Amino acid sequence: MTTRPSLRSGLAVAALKLVNTASRRLHLGQGTVAGGRVALRIDPHVLRRLARGRRIVLVSGTNGKTTTTALVVAALGGATTNTTGSNMSAGLVAALAADRRSFTVLEVDEAYLPIVAPLVNPEVIVLLNLSRDQLDRAAEVRVLTEKWRTVLHQTNATVVANSADPLVVYAAIAQMDSKVVWCDVGTSWTLDARACPQCTEPLDPVGSWRCDCGFAKPDADFVLGEKLLGRNSEVSLRTALPGAFNRSNAALAVVAAHQLGVSFEEAAQRVASVEGIAGRFTLRRLGGQVFRLMLAKNPAGVAALIDLVAATSHMVVSINDFIADGLDPSWLYDAPFDRLRGATVWCTGSRALDLATRLHYDDVDARVVSPSEIPSRVQSTEPIDIIANYTTFAEWLEVTTPC
Amino acid sequence: MLKIAVLYPELLGTYGDGGNALVLSSRARQRGIEAQVTAVSLDDEIPSADILLLGGGEDGPQRQATFALAKNGALAQRVNNGAILLAVCAGFQIIGTSYEVEGGLHVDGLDLIEAVTTRGEKRRVGNLLTRVGERWLVGFENHGGETQLGDDEVGLGVVSVGAGNAKRAASGDVVDGVRRGRIYGTYAHGPVLAQNPWFADELLSAALGYQLEPLASVADELHRERVSAVGGVEASSLNY
Repeated sequence: MTTRPSLRSGLAVAALKLVNTASRRLHLGQGTVAGGRVALRIDPHVLRRLARGRRIVLVSGTNGKTTTTALVVAALGGATTNTTGSNMSAGLVAALAADRRSFTVLEVDEAYLPIVAPLVNPEVIVLLNLSRDQLDRAAEVRVLTEKWRTVLHQTNATVVANSADPLVVYAAIAQMDSKVVWCDVGTSWTLDARACPQCTEPLDPVGSWRCDCGFAKPDADFVLGEKLLGRNSEVSLRTALPGAFNRSNAALAVVAAHQLGVSFEEAAQRVASVEGIAGRFTLRRLGGQVFRLMLAKNPAGVAALIDLVAATSHMVVSINDFIADGLDPSWLYDAPFDRLRGATVWCTGSRALDLATRLHYDDVDARVVSPSEIPSRVQSTEPIDIIANYTTFAEWLEVTTPC
Repeated sequence: MLKIAVLYPELLGTYGDGGNALVLSSRARQRGIEAQVTAVSLDDEIPSADILLLGGGEDGPQRQATFALAKNGALAQRVNNGAILLAVCAGFQIIGTSYEVEGGLHVDGLDLIEAVTTRGEKRRVGNLLTRVGERWLVGFENHGGETQLGDDEVGLGVVSVGAGNAKRAASGDVVDGVRRGRIYGTYAHGPVLAQNPWFADELLSAALGYQLEPLASVADELHRERVSAVGGVEASSLNY
């Protein structure tokens, strides 16, 4: 094809809108990915062209991407964004084609960050965390960290990075002009950093970690404690979202928004009221029972949620093994399910028996149920927590109604 | 007291490998046998244990673990003195003659068994089902290696679904892993004992020196479900 670039991009975007509208009308999907794919087929450079001239924030990491993206959007007072979690090239194209506001905040799959960042020339990149996730379809986490390093070495974006996560630090120190804002927002997951990312000698990644090879936790520009403390600032940080990890996400969002000119106070106030992103942490009803839906798709995700649910006596954990979940639930053995000892855990999903076996070996009371039995068998006057991995989370969202 | 040692979990613990120690210790305790699990770090001595576990890992950590084990030298001695060794995935490659990592580098293994691993054209990712005597061993493999056993070595199982060692053995079968005396190796990665309670009991029995009675639990249901899911009705109609 010899079509001029701008015309081809125009065609690509028109085709995208057509396909997405059709797919929404026909209820084939959320209408983001299919059109994006068509547009990329017509014009492989459409992502670069649509990104031109925008002020872009990219949010990436293993866990918390969707939530943090929404928090950054809120902190900026609104932005163009990929709200549905479609975080690979096609979803990004669709988000950019749909809207053009002063800021654009994009959630990017951690494996796509090395592809997307050079194309969209972001002003800020927020790096949350890196941990093992779906090894059957994704790269091993150290391979991914090396890819992040390569792309961060080439970017001139300001990197807002979680300095408590050694793998994130190892990637972010590669930023070419050292434009990294280190935020010590803590982490509840250290299993993937027990060997130093730089030299692979044993590392104890707790507190102010340091390896003999010189790799060490950087001095933080911001520390999250009772308040979010900066070198010359402090701001109170409250969140409507539950959990320490969501407070960490909010802190990174506030620092990212500040990089784009929003005051700390304004940003903190805006993130405080954010709740229930894409159904996560929302109360939903099924039959007469109220459930709180939570998504966890890897050991670090489960570890973060377990503090929230450990105090309750009954909960549901729902594990599928479809392609989007990962075909191999071996990761269940990396998650600290022993902390649920004393509770009754109702196990469901296509790998309910793997989960029940996992819990049995840690002396947790596990009962296998089919999803349809849950409303009649699992009952409480309090909301019951459901931890679900990817595709089963979507199923739960489908069968329950908002409260 | 049954002693279980997990070797270098910080290097060889990519995907739920700690589960094998949990399964073994739990199944021992449920029978009233005290069990102790020790994580052995790079700087530690390799303790005298009844069962030693070597897990899976990425190329760099795998090499580092190999160097450390070779330098230490105690692993072979522990096995000769009667310890059971279960080596999974990268751990299985480590105990062989040599293996090849990304970039074509050949690394000397510990030579506990005769097995040469080269890199295959593609990564083998998927369910693995093998016949081990009268039993099925079911698990998941995710590796780039093709392993040729020496003529005197015997595979742990004969592959029914999946790749296993991906090379034909002297017997003419495609086999998975290795079995020589007290050494067990397999490409079924991570917590392979979780899906195969009989295999956990075989290791425990070998370590204790007497045959354990079966112990019914949800793990048996899981085993049946996985064998039938991976192998189909034909597999599930055979002995588990």
